[in-house]
Amino acid sequence: MMKFMLLFSRQGKVRLQKWFNAIGDKERKKIIRELVSMVLSRRPKMCNFLDWKDYKVVYKRYASLFFCCAIEESDNELLALECIHRFVEILDKYFGSVCELDIIFNFEKAYFILDEFLLAGEIQESSKNKVLRAVENSDSLQEENQEAEATRSILEEFGLS
Amino acid sequence: MPTVSSRGDAMRGLAVFISDIRNCKSKEAESKRINKELANIRSKFKGDKTLDGYSKKKYVCKLLFIFLLGHDIDFGHMEAVNLLSSNKYTEKQIGYLFISVLVSSNSDLMKLIIQNIKNDISSPKPVHVNLALHCIANIGSVEMSEAFGQEVPKLLVSAHASASVKQSAALCLLRLIRTLPEAMTYAEWASRVIHLLNDQHMWLTAATSLIHTLSQLSPGDYKGCVSLAVSRLSRIVTSTYTDLQDYTYYFVPAPWLSVKLLRLLQCYPVPEEPAVRGRLVECLETILNKCQEPPKSKKVQHSNSKNAVLFEAINLIIHIDSLGLVLIPQPFWRQVDLMLPILLTSEFIIFLCVLSEPNLLVRACNQLGQFLQHRETNLRYLALESMCLLAGSEFSADAVKKHRETVINALKTERDVSVRQRAVDLLYAMCDKTNSEEIVAEMLAYLKKADYAIREEMVLKVAILSEKYASDYTWYVDTILKLIRVAGDYVSEEVWHRVIQIVINRDDAQGYAAKTVFENLQAPACHENMVKVGGYILGEFGNLIAGDERSSPLVQFNLLHSKFHLCTPSTRALLLSTYIKFINLFPEIKPTIQNVLQNNNQLRNADVELQQRALEYSQLSSITSQDVLATVLEEMPPFPERESSILAKLKKKKPASVQVSLVGCFIPSTESTEHANRPTYSTIACSFLLRFKLIHFKNLLIFADTIPTGSKGMRGLEFFLFMFKNSGVLFENALIQVGVKCEFKEQYGRVGLFFGNKTGNQLQNFAAAVSLAQTNPHNPQINVATQKEPPSQIDGGAQVQHFINLECISMFSGSPNLQLRYQHSSAPQQVTLKLPVIINKFMEGVDMNSGDFFSRWKQLGQPTQETQKIFQARHPIDTEAARTKLTGFGMCALTNVDPNPENLVGSGIIKTKTSQIGCLLRLEPNKQAKMYRLTVRSSVGEAAALICSMLE
Repeated sequence: MMKFMLLFSRQGKVRLQKWFNAIGDKERKKIIRELVSMVLSRRPKMCNFLDWKDYKVVYKRYASLFFCCAIEESDNELLALECIHRFVEILDKYFGSVCELDIIFNFEKAYFILDEFLLAGEIQESSKNKVLRAVENSDSLQEENQEAEATRSILEEFGLS
Repeated sequence: MPTVSSRGDAMRGLAVFISDIRNCKSKEAESKRINKELANIRSKFKGDKTLDGYSKKKYVCKLLFIFLLGHDIDFGHMEAVNLLSSNKYTEKQIGYLFISVLVSSNSDLMKLIIQNIKNDISSPKPVHVNLALHCIANIGSVEMSEAFGQEVPKLLVSAHASASVKQSAALCLLRLIRTLPEAMTYAEWASRVIHLLNDQHMWLTAATSLIHTLSQLSPGDYKGCVSLAVSRLSRIVTSTYTDLQDYTYYFVPAPWLSVKLLRLLQCYPVPEEPAVRGRLVECLETILNKCQEPPKSKKVQHSNSKNAVLFEAINLIIHIDSLGLVLIPQPFWRQVDLMLPILLTSEFIIFLCVLSEPNLLVRACNQLGQFLQHRETNLRYLALESMCLLAGSEFSADAVKKHRETVINALKTERDVSVRQRAVDLLYAMCDKTNSEEIVAEMLAYLKKADYAIREEMVLKVAILSEKYASDYTWYVDTILKLIRVAGDYVSEEVWHRVIQIVINRDDAQGYAAKTVFENLQAPACHENMVKVGGYILGEFGNLIAGDERSSPLVQFNLLHSKFHLCTPSTRALLLSTYIKFINLFPEIKPTIQNVLQNNNQLRNADVELQQRALEYSQLSSITSQDVLATVLEEMPPFPERESSILAKLKKKKPASVQVSLVGCFIPSTESTEHANRPTYSTIACSFLLRFKLIHFKNLLIFADTIPTGSKGMRGLEFFLFMFKNSGVLFENALIQVGVKCEFKEQYGRVGLFFGNKTGNQLQNFAAAVSLAQTNPHNPQINVATQKEPPSQIDGGAQVQHFINLECISMFSGSPNLQLRYQHSSAPQQVTLKLPVIINKFMEGVDMNSGDFFSRWKQLGQPTQETQKIFQARHPIDTEAARTKLTGFGMCALTNVDPNPENLVGSGIIKTKTSQIGCLLRLEPNKQAKMYRLTVRSSVGEAAALICSMLE
């Protein structure tokens, strides 16, 4: 079972965090701090796995972003690595050549996609197409209401509503 | 401005806010912008105007963004909950996201949230049901388990729910079960859940995860899944990559499902049904074979997912092996299958297995061997890791050992510390008698440049291996001393305690150890741990090398003392004990050492322990005779054989890696376990001192000429002292200390026991029972009454008292036993002690004059009433000392009674409930022959004999 997944930049800024078990806020911050600095200090070409506390940490860098997840002792490291890759593929297909900024500006979408892909720390749907179809399906529900809202929002931004 | 996705509805206000934050030049500017936004949102939420759904959604989303930046959010929860009841999907979705990320499980809003989820979960729209299920799984609190534990399983087996709802429901249920396993009833829907494995492929991965967890919790109910899992696995591994379409990942068919199924099978023993078993073997062989095929793609994803399945298959092979079964390779099992109706007995299968060659385990090992030199770091890492497991199996251990050189090479050349760590683990696991010298030498060499993070663990491993495989003890001693030289800071107490323990137990190692530590101490800079080991060993065995003038007593002392000032108080305390031992070993340097002990640096040291040791040791050395010193400071008796404390420490650090390979790791020994109750080694420094604390110096002088010498060991000696005193430490080990304080008056006694828990954990089920050995239950010699039962638990570090009242009914010999039982970290412990209740405790001295004494002496003239012993004095004859001893024993020493002033006479009465027994004693020393004649007369003959034997 995956315990948590973190996305952070080369500067150590966390872009997405997903926790699959109950951990207190303070503990989470501590884990993020330690793990981020540890992963960032590693050189390229080193192996993608780390023994860290009670976890096995699996991480991989894609352009400016590090994808990092913690799994249990008995879990399969290589497959966790491919989970990360599949998630990146799905993001890439959805955003069309995804970059860090897409995830910053559409963080809620990244969460929705992750929820379709992983649930309770387990793979929910390993098919890329099925995950994308599910996300697009819910997007289509949004578009029905979009037009009216879009006009209103512009007016509101300028304080005219 | 970045491209905001064209899909879905973009919240412009949110995008503008995020851009603003990104444009902030400093941390301060960012905080300012955030505070401004928070104030704005707060006023919107508090404002009179009711916000529409869109605005609420946007502001909630901004709050979420601020939270994810690392700021605390203390409002907006209510608005988020409001969004849940919106009929617009997008608003609902944001509401759920906020709640999943930000609402803690004990929130006041939980009831409201649960109500909203209940509405959505029964909604006809699958997307709403899915949102609700995701939220339950993301929060996964106890309340969620209670509220939806019955609801979610229904969706899972419902005929109407869509596949996407079912897969969410499966994982949602999985989360609820993890949170509250006891709230679920498993058996009820077991068979329906198992048959999900027959279902269409699309959502099987999720279902298998659920079945895996259920099988771990309740294996019996889900046993039926094994054959279904095997056939599903078989279908996947034999399929081509085009069969499974969406579920083929870089030419590997359904890697996620395959791995899940392989893990599920690891919950169960090998299937008994021959057909199922055969199919499983076939699957495993196919997986192994596929790795030899040329890759279908050069992409790393292809090889990763293929190898992920392979490693999981190897785990299953190891699991099956650990059950004691070897799988028969394909050419054989077909034959077996045909003959099975008649020949399916375990003997037959095992017989075939011995013939079978190469079996799956060895094939797996060879496959991993290839990976050891793979160019992918990840594969080298994993191969080392899996080989560690294979090294533990008798069938593959030899195959693993063939890779020794490669692994040693990995230790030297790998750039990545994680990989080197794995190499260390594997070397440790594959070490045996034949390769131990090489492996230990390589590990020691690597230790010099090893990463700080793994040094301590490596030190423990080297220490264990060198002990476990020591063929001769010079090698062992050399290795540990080298360990201290190379990585002194990482040598924990357990390690240096252990080397001393072993040296003390092994006569053949002592001389060499003394010589070697002496040489090591001569290095200009040596580690404090070396001083500790050196101090201790020279204190015990320095005499073995004192013949050589280069290591004469004075040289040894000066060498040690030159380090003294550089050491911490605990080491100095140890050295002080060494010095007093030196006084005994080398009387010729006594004045030099006494000077050191009496130096104000010691006597007035701020450290209480040092002060006390210096004071007591200098007194001990100046007051006592050489014989007393020789007894008190005699060589430490051998330690009981027990599991190495180093091993225990490593187990604590890395439970998994130790279990694999440490069967039978005890040092060879000639010692029996008769001293099993003695203090453990870790308390040695303090128990060493304790010996002196226990002994009042006065008493020491008195009993010294009758002290049992030689092999009786500390416990016999300590108990002996209780004949003369009424309080002290009765027993001590690593877990518990038992102190005692007794009072006696006529036939009554009161024994106070003090049980101290030395550990940090609670001792449980504590019980203390007193029993009198060899007594007739209908006619007890002592009545025992306790005021109240001792408490059943003792908290860590706490001391409890327990009082026992006694009444002596009639004469008895020996002492009552005290039986202690307790549990420490759930391991039951039992200790039997002797209570210091001895017949002489009930004796009172009687003063009388010469006439009275001799008239009574003559009255008791019958042969049965007298016992006489003549024995050798072990120490110089000292009448004064003997007189004091007699008083301590309970008799009145009479003066001016015997015409010969050298003779000692005493009298006393043993008071019991049924009778009073008068006792008279006469001790006649013969200084020339160094002999004593002891005569005891008593109205009861047994008493005379008993007292005589006690005093001898």
